[in-house]
Amino acid sequence: MTELAQTRSAPALPFGRRFELVPVILFAVFAAGPILASASGAEGYVLSLLTRVMILGLAAMSLDLILGYGALVSFGHAAFLGIGAYAVGILASHGSEDALVQIPVALAASAGFGLVTGAISLRTKGVYFIMITLAFGQMLFFLATSLAAYGGDDGMTLPERSRVAGTALIESDVAFYWASFFCLLVTYALARAVVASRFGRVLRGTRENSVRMEAIGFQPFRYQLAAYVLSGMMAGLAGCLLANQTEFVSPAYMTWQRSGELIFMVVLGGLGTLHGAIIGAAAFLLLEEFLPEILHTLGFMLQEDMRARLVENWKMIFGPLLILIVLFARGGIMGLWRRGHHG
Amino acid sequence: MTPTLLFVQSLNGLQFGLILFLIAAGLTLVFGVMDFINLAHGVQYMVGAYLMAAFSAWTGNFGWALLLALPSALAVGLLLEALVFRHLYDRDHLDQVLATFGVILFLNQGVKFVWGAAPLNVPAPEWLSGSVELADGLLYPVYRLAIIVAGLAVAALLYVLVNHTRVGMLVRAGASNAPMVSALGVNIRRLFMIVFGFGAMLAGFAGAMVAPILSVEPGMGDNILILAFVVIVIGGIGSIRGAFLAALMVGLVDTVGRSFAPNLLRLFLDPATASQTGRAVAPMLIYIFMAAILFFRPAGLFPAKR
Amino acid sequence: MVEPLLELRHLKKNFGALVVTDDVSLAVEPGELHAIIGPNGAGKTTLIHQISGFLSSASGEVLLGGQDITRLSMHERVRRGLARSFQITSILPGFSALENVALAVQARSGSSFRFFGDASRERGLNELAMDCLEQVGLGDRAFATAGFLSHGEKRQLELAIALATRPRLLLLDEPLAGTGHDDSQRVVETLRALKSRITIVLIEHDMDAVFSLADRVSVLVYGRVIATDTPVAIRANAEVRTAYLGEEV
Repeated sequence: MTELAQTRSAPALPFGRRFELVPVILFAVFAAGPILASASGAEGYVLSLLTRVMILGLAAMSLDLILGYGALVSFGHAAFLGIGAYAVGILASHGSEDALVQIPVALAASAGFGLVTGAISLRTKGVYFIMITLAFGQMLFFLATSLAAYGGDDGMTLPERSRVAGTALIESDVAFYWASFFCLLVTYALARAVVASRFGRVLRGTRENSVRMEAIGFQPFRYQLAAYVLSGMMAGLAGCLLANQTEFVSPAYMTWQRSGELIFMVVLGGLGTLHGAIIGAAAFLLLEEFLPEILHTLGFMLQEDMRARLVENWKMIFGPLLILIVLFARGGIMGLWRRGHHG
Repeated sequence: MTPTLLFVQSLNGLQFGLILFLIAAGLTLVFGVMDFINLAHGVQYMVGAYLMAAFSAWTGNFGWALLLALPSALAVGLLLEALVFRHLYDRDHLDQVLATFGVILFLNQGVKFVWGAAPLNVPAPEWLSGSVELADGLLYPVYRLAIIVAGLAVAALLYVLVNHTRVGMLVRAGASNAPMVSALGVNIRRLFMIVFGFGAMLAGFAGAMVAPILSVEPGMGDNILILAFVVIVIGGIGSIRGAFLAALMVGLVDTVGRSFAPNLLRLFLDPATASQTGRAVAPMLIYIFMAAILFFRPAGLFPAKR
Repeated sequence: MVEPLLELRHLKKNFGALVVTDDVSLAVEPGELHAIIGPNGAGKTTLIHQISGFLSSASGEVLLGGQDITRLSMHERVRRGLARSFQITSILPGFSALENVALAVQARSGSSFRFFGDASRERGLNELAMDCLEQVGLGDRAFATAGFLSHGEKRQLELAIALATRPRLLLLDEPLAGTGHDDSQRVVETLRALKSRITIVLIEHDMDAVFSLADRVSVLVYGRVIATDTPVAIRANAEVRTAYLGEEV
């Protein structure tokens, strides 16, 4: 993990000193989302895509908190998405449909799971940590598939979106969009405060050199565990939103492939910047959404059946694209941005 | 819980454990020697199964198909090593995870592209089909016994290779202290290519062997990869002996646990709750098992590094 | 006789069959600068690791101010007033020099489970950190990124970090290793200024520095202490000369 720290240090200057343009633009774009959507002529589609970007952006950002700032490569982060989603689904199926009940339960469950699995995982280092978090994620995935009462493999459909204090406040897609926007903004502000705080500084210090931190009197484990729990709770919140957006809950939310995608979003956007993770999520989801269409356009000289086959197998392009990004675009999108700005 | 059933399930667990070992062996060596985390090891297993299916359809003969599938699996492994993995050795684990994740996406879709999404079937050879009577009234499929025998034979071969050859000596030394080995003037890249190719072939062999008893389909390597990770984490990264014991343990715990967890719980709970809880708990057993082992031994049972 | 600040009783460490430190007993008195010298491979760094808690001991005891700290972890020992530097410079390369030190101040002042407020702007922490930087003569480099400091400056920074934990006892593992002449001169001066205020255990190969700074010197050979005495007496000790100093003196 130290090697990770050395090659991937986030900007050395403390945060919050400078005015930062990128997050302002990012949130301005999200705030303009509903207008953009209605202007696009495909309002429902654009709105739901942007909502999804914000929700998975929230999840990716929560992962960045431990991956980018703590150098903890957690490969089971989707489990928290699942916990959040299942908290909503299970409570709804027992008649508790209010978000004011569901969200606290989801956060508590995420914290509990994070505390137990984190305490065990953080005893290990490096590759062991990657694999043990992966295994815990799988454990929860299999638990979900065996919950016959809650849909098992197939998952379950929610009767309706969560109510808020008894009202159908977020029933409309636009209202839900704003709810997601609000959650993302608040969580982002919170995360920014945390990484600059005393706690965040210890976490960043541990990423750079954990032996040094011990030698000045810190016990890295406690701070890493707290960060792991906090990050899990944020991802749990994203899970609540995800369940509400799709009005559907299934084990598919917590496959290990999903955890891998979350890591990819963070790296694609740029580690250790928080908003980079959100941008990475946007880039990932837009690529996933539009790559088939891009391929369709690029394949204009091909015969019709070959072209269809190309579009159908877009993942064969997506996989190598991922490899190329890892090999050549170090520092992710935020890295490119910084290099562009400093010559 | 009859003794007969327990015996049959133990044999199934042994067979599953040996398959896991074939996959985990390559993984643990690649890890141990190069500190390289290869998520794409699971697709090697899938590729082995697909190659088996293809060659078996082409030649119509199990033996020939296996004989062709093995070098082809090796070739696929070496090709991937040259194209992708070689460029990742100096990178951190995070990059390795992501790039090999990309390889998985590509190959899972790739087999769909070539062979279609529908599962393929591979017939077991004539002389290994049917069942034998192990004890009075206890029938067991011959082919599954053959897998056990083949798995044990490969394990024995691996033991000899690792403990009694020069390459094996270097591999062991590399797993406990890689910089030392390259300081000795050994071409560590070539050593790794050998280890890597061998590991890929073993995974391919595992895939080829299970092709007749499982359906061959895209993504079949994904879940078994996670289990192989569990195995090498429990066994201790870089340790073949650890991987062997851990694979058998995981195979047994998983197989036997699935069939007996409900029965065991019935001792404490009412039957309906017991069977429901049992079915929920059984798939989690190996992960709980792993967590318990790592709690007491964070570097696994037989850590190779010091 | 005053009660020793640091006392080692029959300390031993082995890696498998290899015994690195063997039955080391030593008493460091409050206020003294106690140097430990010995040929390469004598077990000096291992001994520092054992005292600081970076490595556990096979047997024996470590007492700090009369209290047994043998079973405590590294960070717990730091909180009891035991600071150390590393033979291979150990700093936080991505942080500014000031923040490196401010973190050490933060470690002993109040909880670090504070999730709000910009830590880099806490004046209380920064002022104390600046003090320590100035004590080692690094005040003008406070805002430089630690990873870009010169080697000698990094060694000074390590000293400042150690000082910021307000140690009763400072363990220094070859603070002069790899420094050029000017740098090493500066570090020696800093140590000379510190030695009246803090008890120091120093491992060093530079014999000029050792004999000019130390109040007492212990000689470690093959993991055993063969002599402990004043620098003058150590120079004259026949056993030490044959075992170690022979070629050099």
